[in-house]
Amino acid sequence: MTDSPTVSGSLRNRLVLTLIGGAAILAILLFLAVRSYAARVAQQGQDNILSASVASILDAAAIRDGQLEIDIPYAAFSMLTTPSDDRVFYAIYQDGAFISGYDELQVDEPVAQANWTFQSTEMRGESIRQVNAGRTLVGLGKQTQIEVALGQTQDALSQTMDQISRNAAFLGIGFFLLAACLSFWVASTTIGQLNKLTTSVTRRGPQDLSPFRKPVPREMAPLVTSLNSLMGRLDQSLGQSEDFIAEAAHRVRTPLATVRSYAEATLHRVERKENREALRAMVRAIDESSRAAGQLLDHAMITFRADHLEREDIDLVVLTKDLVQRLTPIAEMRELTLSLTGARAVPYSGDPILLQNAVRNMIDNALKYAPVDSTVVIDVRADPNVQIKVSDAGPGFPSEEIDMLTRRFERGQNATGTIGSGLGLTIAQDVATAHGGTLELSNKPEGGACVILSL
Amino acid sequence: MRYLIAVILLLLPLCASADDWEERFVFNEGAEGPQLRVISSTDTLLFAPFIEGFVAENPLISVEYLVTGSADIDRRVRANPSAFDVIISSAMDLQLKLANDGFALRLEDVEVPPWTQWHHSLFAFTSEPATIVINRSAFEGRALPETRQDLIEAMRERPDMFRGKIGTYDVRESGLGYLFATQDSRVSETYWRLMEIMGGLRVKLYCCSGDMISDLVEGKIHVAYNVLGSYASAQAEGQDALEVILPSDFQTTMMRTVMVSSATQSVQAAQQFLRYLVSDRPNESTTQSPLPLLVAEDTVSEQETIGLNPALLTFLDSLKRKKFISAWENAVIQ
Amino acid sequence: MNLTSTCHGREDFLRLMKFLLVEDNLDLANAITSRMRLDGHVVDHAAKLDDATAYAEVEEYDLILLDIMLPDGDGREFLARHRASDLDTPVIVLTARSQVSDRIGSLDMGADDYVTKPFDHAELEARCRAVLRRKSGNAKSRIEVGGIVFDPVAGHFSVGGRDISLRNRELRLMELFINAPGQVFSKQKLADRLFTYDDNVSDNAIEVYVGRLRKHLEASDLKITTLRGLGYRLDHDG
Repeated sequence: MTDSPTVSGSLRNRLVLTLIGGAAILAILLFLAVRSYAARVAQQGQDNILSASVASILDAAAIRDGQLEIDIPYAAFSMLTTPSDDRVFYAIYQDGAFISGYDELQVDEPVAQANWTFQSTEMRGESIRQVNAGRTLVGLGKQTQIEVALGQTQDALSQTMDQISRNAAFLGIGFFLLAACLSFWVASTTIGQLNKLTTSVTRRGPQDLSPFRKPVPREMAPLVTSLNSLMGRLDQSLGQSEDFIAEAAHRVRTPLATVRSYAEATLHRVERKENREALRAMVRAIDESSRAAGQLLDHAMITFRADHLEREDIDLVVLTKDLVQRLTPIAEMRELTLSLTGARAVPYSGDPILLQNAVRNMIDNALKYAPVDSTVVIDVRADPNVQIKVSDAGPGFPSEEIDMLTRRFERGQNATGTIGSGLGLTIAQDVATAHGGTLELSNKPEGGACVILSL
Repeated sequence: MRYLIAVILLLLPLCASADDWEERFVFNEGAEGPQLRVISSTDTLLFAPFIEGFVAENPLISVEYLVTGSADIDRRVRANPSAFDVIISSAMDLQLKLANDGFALRLEDVEVPPWTQWHHSLFAFTSEPATIVINRSAFEGRALPETRQDLIEAMRERPDMFRGKIGTYDVRESGLGYLFATQDSRVSETYWRLMEIMGGLRVKLYCCSGDMISDLVEGKIHVAYNVLGSYASAQAEGQDALEVILPSDFQTTMMRTVMVSSATQSVQAAQQFLRYLVSDRPNESTTQSPLPLLVAEDTVSEQETIGLNPALLTFLDSLKRKKFISAWENAVIQ
Repeated sequence: MNLTSTCHGREDFLRLMKFLLVEDNLDLANAITSRMRLDGHVVDHAAKLDDATAYAEVEEYDLILLDIMLPDGDGREFLARHRASDLDTPVIVLTARSQVSDRIGSLDMGADDYVTKPFDHAELEARCRAVLRRKSGNAKSRIEVGGIVFDPVAGHFSVGGRDISLRNRELRLMELFINAPGQVFSKQKLADRLFTYDDNVSDNAIEVYVGRLRKHLEASDLKITTLRGLGYRLDHDG
């Protein structure tokens, strides 16, 4: 009945993907930024220690008795101890000539007093960080240039870097997960607004075409506006349909009534049996079609009212009493007695028109099947729950009909193609459902049908 | 077993090879597997229990054990790294420099406390303090010296008694001697005063602990300074005359270290041997060993022990060494 | 044939019932009128609200049958006006609309009852009877003849001062006979009047009702005579 709309992508997925994608990019940037910053800091730390070490070596250089002496302090190398036991290389040059340490360690350019250089290079197959430092010594009119190169492998540094990378990765992942959760949350709350609108539109009955009035976010206002205008137009056209149906009913029923009346009048004058039978059949056909039309229209009306229930405070006993009074002539025609029993007053808040219709259908049904000279009992009570029970002394429901009717109720389907007794009870069932109640069909053990409308 | 080894050891000088080794011995000779060449500064007598234990567990591996001085080990390894699989020495500084210079194989998965190894390539397995060993007869009726200061005073009191009767390492010859000397000098000026006194009393200089203790046992000297207690105890077994003194002012504790040569051909066997020494030692062998094994959990010894760190390179610097040797010579050789 | 009334002017009460039928559909109006007249009632027909108002002002009706949808206005407006004008003539609404919407609406406007088109004439009659029973006092429809007192509207029946409770169809049968004393009713005619078209009636059923009524009338001067091949007739012995 409802065509599924053509679906192209999901707003929610798009929102989530965009947000998560953004979060992923941010997380990666965060990771890279933290790592590169940490790398700079860590490298700075190693450079600082190398500087301190080389400074202490240079400080120990002195010219004594015209001889160069470099009494390397124990602490100079001691301070280069790292958790990863990094290897240490050094070289001391005097005026460009190697005098001590590892001669593979070169000082590429002469180093000025205050201008130390750091470089990352290779030594014996390992990458090292190297500091080059120089100092000019003056002694006994002699001037000499000391250059010290100090190198250290970077195991500890890379270990620290690994650790930092790991932590930065955790940070990035954590940030990402948090952002992902947030984006799901944001997406679902955003879509939630749409869902709320959808739900409240879906929950409406098919006839509820009143405008949607609950506050919605600004972005959804145009949607709601056009939805409301659509519903307005629909409501108008439905209203027209209703008028049309009523008019149509009137147009059909009046001639039917004419035909029926004529047929009836004629029947009184006709004596021949076959003519009489033909007239009777005519009358029955007219009754059948008018009842079908009537019940279909009733059902439509009931459905319409049930969808926007107008509750009033009423007394079910008064309501039922009116009804009994009104149906008494019909009952009497069939030599039946209507008996109202139960409580004296049962206050209830419901739609009186719907309830009256439901009960009328229940009693109609009983009248139809009750045997001559029997009593149809209508019982109204508030204990244990508010209920109206109509029972007759007829043959009761055929068991398969109970099942069928019950099933039809369960399916909550319309009465399409179920003209006759079933539709009256379907109407009663619809009314019960609209009031949050149930309609129960059963056969009394002593015989006869029993219909209970529980509210 | 030990008796057998002792007997063999007595015969050892006879079979010393032409290659100039102080001692050379092959354990588990004729085994099918690889032969490990272990170069060590530790006398065979002291080290044999370890190798015995190792070959007992690994019968396929034979071990050629070569003994020489610690300075000589450094020279030989640098000259021909592929000639040895395992390098054991008491000169921590030289060992560290070898490792620093890339002669040691990095072994990542040997589980030991950080302070007993360096760079996963140099591993300590003993903890041995430097001691003063005296011949008790020289201190008849007198209090035994407990500190270096006590020793200085004892020598000042009776210079004639000790003249020519004091022995210590020749730091120019012995790697371990140089290590002890430099570490002593770092800790206290007392070292230089002691050296000056000893120099004044014409101290006898030795290349190795063994000779020094032999002379002590034989009564040629009364006092040996900075001798390894382990050697003294081993050789003074049954010699009541000798007293091993741990100076109470400060101790210099050395760790014997082992490394696998980076040029080794038998990585697997060499690793196994190293593991056996530093982590897998069976208790039986521990009790038999005359060497005081490292107790990894002992935090006190961590404090007193010479640290395995790049600072050990300091005194190996040629300028520094030249300066130290000249200061030492000034003090000792008068 | 010699039926006399002990209470003057009451003997043909229902025959003199006066209806105003307000219905714009002439065919339907004709059909209803002819059917009503068949029962001996007087029916005036108005096709427009204006006419209906005019009739109602001039004549006094026992009952007004009112169609809701009329060319010149809503029947309910007429109803409202009618109620406002102090006339308490009962009104039965004829409606073609949904039962749900119109019935209630017209009741609220003051209609006494309603019938949905197309309607069973018997139902219309039953409703008229019920409305009249509610609206008028007992005296109006009381008939005393041949030792019986009969009020068809109130449903009261007594023979020789003794109350007898009549069933609905017995009551209707009695009413038919007493309104047309001396007239012969065929079984067919009686069945047409007593039963709806849904009921499957056998000739036997009529005999049963006639038999019952005869039994009730035993103590009175009235009796039901069987005319073989023709039907039944109410006779007055006295």
